[in-house]
Amino acid sequence: MAAMAKAMQPAHAGELEDPRENLLYDPRPRSEMNDMVMDAMQTAGWKFWVVTIVLALFVLIGLFGVWGYLILNGMGVAGVTRPIYWGAFLVDVVFWIGISHAGAFVSALLRVFKTGFHHAITRVAEFMAVFGIIQAGLSVFFHMGRVWLFYWMIPIPNERGIWPDFHSPLMWDFMAITTYMIVSTLYLILPLIPDLAMARDRSTGWRKKLYRILALGFRGTEGDWKHLRAAIKIFSFAMIPVMVSVTTVVSWDFALATRAGWSSTVFGPFFVIGAFHSGVAALVVILVLIRSTMKNMKYFIRPETLDALGKLMLIISMVWAYFYFNDYMVPWYGGDSLERLVLKFHETGPFAWMFYSMLIFNAVIPWALLWNKKIRRMPWVMFTIGLLIVVGMWFERFLIVPGTLTISTDPFTWRVYQISWVEISLTLGTLAFFALLYLIVSRFLPFISPWEVQEGQASHTIRKVGKATLPSASEID
Amino acid sequence: MTTQTKIPETSIGQSTAGQGKWGMVIDQDMCTGCQACVAACVMENNISFVGEDDLAYGRGMHWIRIERFWQGDFPKVSSSFQPMLCQQCGHAPCEPVCPVYASVQSAAEEINLQVYNRCVGTRYCANNCPYQVRTFNWRDYTRPEPLNNQLNPDVTVRRMGVMEKCTFCIQRINAVEDKAASENRQIKDGEMVPACAQACPAYAITFGRIDDPNSKVSQKARDGRGFMALEELGTLPRVTYLKGGSSHGSNG
Repeated sequence: MAAMAKAMQPAHAGELEDPRENLLYDPRPRSEMNDMVMDAMQTAGWKFWVVTIVLALFVLIGLFGVWGYLILNGMGVAGVTRPIYWGAFLVDVVFWIGISHAGAFVSALLRVFKTGFHHAITRVAEFMAVFGIIQAGLSVFFHMGRVWLFYWMIPIPNERGIWPDFHSPLMWDFMAITTYMIVSTLYLILPLIPDLAMARDRSTGWRKKLYRILALGFRGTEGDWKHLRAAIKIFSFAMIPVMVSVTTVVSWDFALATRAGWSSTVFGPFFVIGAFHSGVAALVVILVLIRSTMKNMKYFIRPETLDALGKLMLIISMVWAYFYFNDYMVPWYGGDSLERLVLKFHETGPFAWMFYSMLIFNAVIPWALLWNKKIRRMPWVMFTIGLLIVVGMWFERFLIVPGTLTISTDPFTWRVYQISWVEISLTLGTLAFFALLYLIVSRFLPFISPWEVQEGQASHTIRKVGKATLPSASEID
Repeated sequence: MTTQTKIPETSIGQSTAGQGKWGMVIDQDMCTGCQACVAACVMENNISFVGEDDLAYGRGMHWIRIERFWQGDFPKVSSSFQPMLCQQCGHAPCEPVCPVYASVQSAAEEINLQVYNRCVGTRYCANNCPYQVRTFNWRDYTRPEPLNNQLNPDVTVRRMGVMEKCTFCIQRINAVEDKAASENRQIKDGEMVPACAQACPAYAITFGRIDDPNSKVSQKARDGRGFMALEELGTLPRVTYLKGGSSHGSNG
């Protein structure tokens, strides 16, 4: 019977063995789904609290404690020196900006193109955008020599009568990060409102009070929905150019400098695809972790979702490799002695192991495995591939920042960067803080957007035509 | 280009893109690499002593350094010395990248200055300097007794987290200008001598007005051996190096 049904399915539907593997064709009653999401927020075992406390302690000591040590003792406790004036903190800035940008971008892209697998994962991606940009902002502050004067970069009238210099790419970067922080937060909040209203109607005590404030009086009237949908649509479309431009601005911090290996016209799109590569990989890692640790999440986050994301990862990996090849080929062929030295330093220098691991993690492994549907549907394999890409992308940024700064125009100053324990601790600290934010937020904000899943399920039905079952989708806007 | 004329500090406006005002000539054929200029600069400009470990890791804060390059293969090997200091670029890569206007072109002296009080320590300027002559206060370096007594009262003492660099001894330029103004005369050629030139036992460093074609520094700069460091970058350096066919003037 099943074989016959399969044989009779049209070609485009042949993707799935059973359409019910897809969340949208496996509906559950609204109240049940809402309860599942509410339940997930209120259920946590002792392991959850152990992990949370350990991470919180690490953030307190390894991040804020070590940061205080850095502020008190100066940038000398980090590994930066002449000519490598930018080190691991800037690597973290670019890395977290990449993760963050891809979060909102993936969510917006999937919404705009109505991919059909986004309903359950957009929220997690949007959280990634906001939590990631917080880490990027923190890393900028770690990097500054006199961080207590950071507000001098903000264009506000001041007693010194000095406006910031908008010639500086760092100023553009500062504006870009602030803009993005605001936009991505709004983009997170908008689709959250109906869920908060749902939570408000299903909770008691402090939760009720909290949700009452956060839901902004959303009652689910026709007008409420109309305005909300319009706003979400505007933000989804706006998010794509915002992400591309903001990531390009970040790349200009490097591309506009005079350093060999940085002064490259391909850096803009190269950084955009790099952000996308690390971001989708990080999203997969987070989804697998949420799926396997949080209650009821196996229903929402399915192998079918990972399968779709795996295809996306494979394509992005190829585009990333294309841009990396461009970024490599042009200076190599150009033959400028310093540019060639930078390339040689990457390939044979003390960071060569990073260079080769980067190529293996970011291109070889995804290409070797992700073409296989079975592998794309194995959560822990996807988790590993995603984690390797995330690490590979950190290596990539490391090679771009301190790995490239080693070679300056003055050979007398060449030096190999030695990362210090302070930089390692703060890097891991941002990672712990990122994870901690997820853990804390998981207690009171839904990681799944039930209204979006319900909307998706309402527009997707399985029809019987003769003996065959045909999944069909209708457009609702 | 209206925006550029509005903000002259960072622009390559007509006033600064010219020949410059103060300049220096360094004769590499005369330089013996004795480091007297380095020591004199440290004394004059209150430069911090960073200690052995930091110095070995490239964190020395000398505003002028002697770069020694080996030429040829052993045993026919010779050395050459290149004193490297801020080139006071007319079109400085360090200036536009500073988000807080800490790295600026001085309109009066036409040299590149660092305003310590404005610096927030992003270190972009130092990254972008092709000569790698900007130095950063990585820590609060202490001056043990009685070294604190040798601080030059005319020069600011910098603290942790700010960038600094050669100023062409601007405190001396100001003193000479004030003296000439009070005596109602022009500054004489050779009246203004920075600490490095003053200390150089080989007279390898000459300082003066490069906008005056008859000054000693202008005449030396026209020497056939003259070149500017990384001239191809278009930074318009105010320092001219003199170097003949081989080192130590043997083939001068």
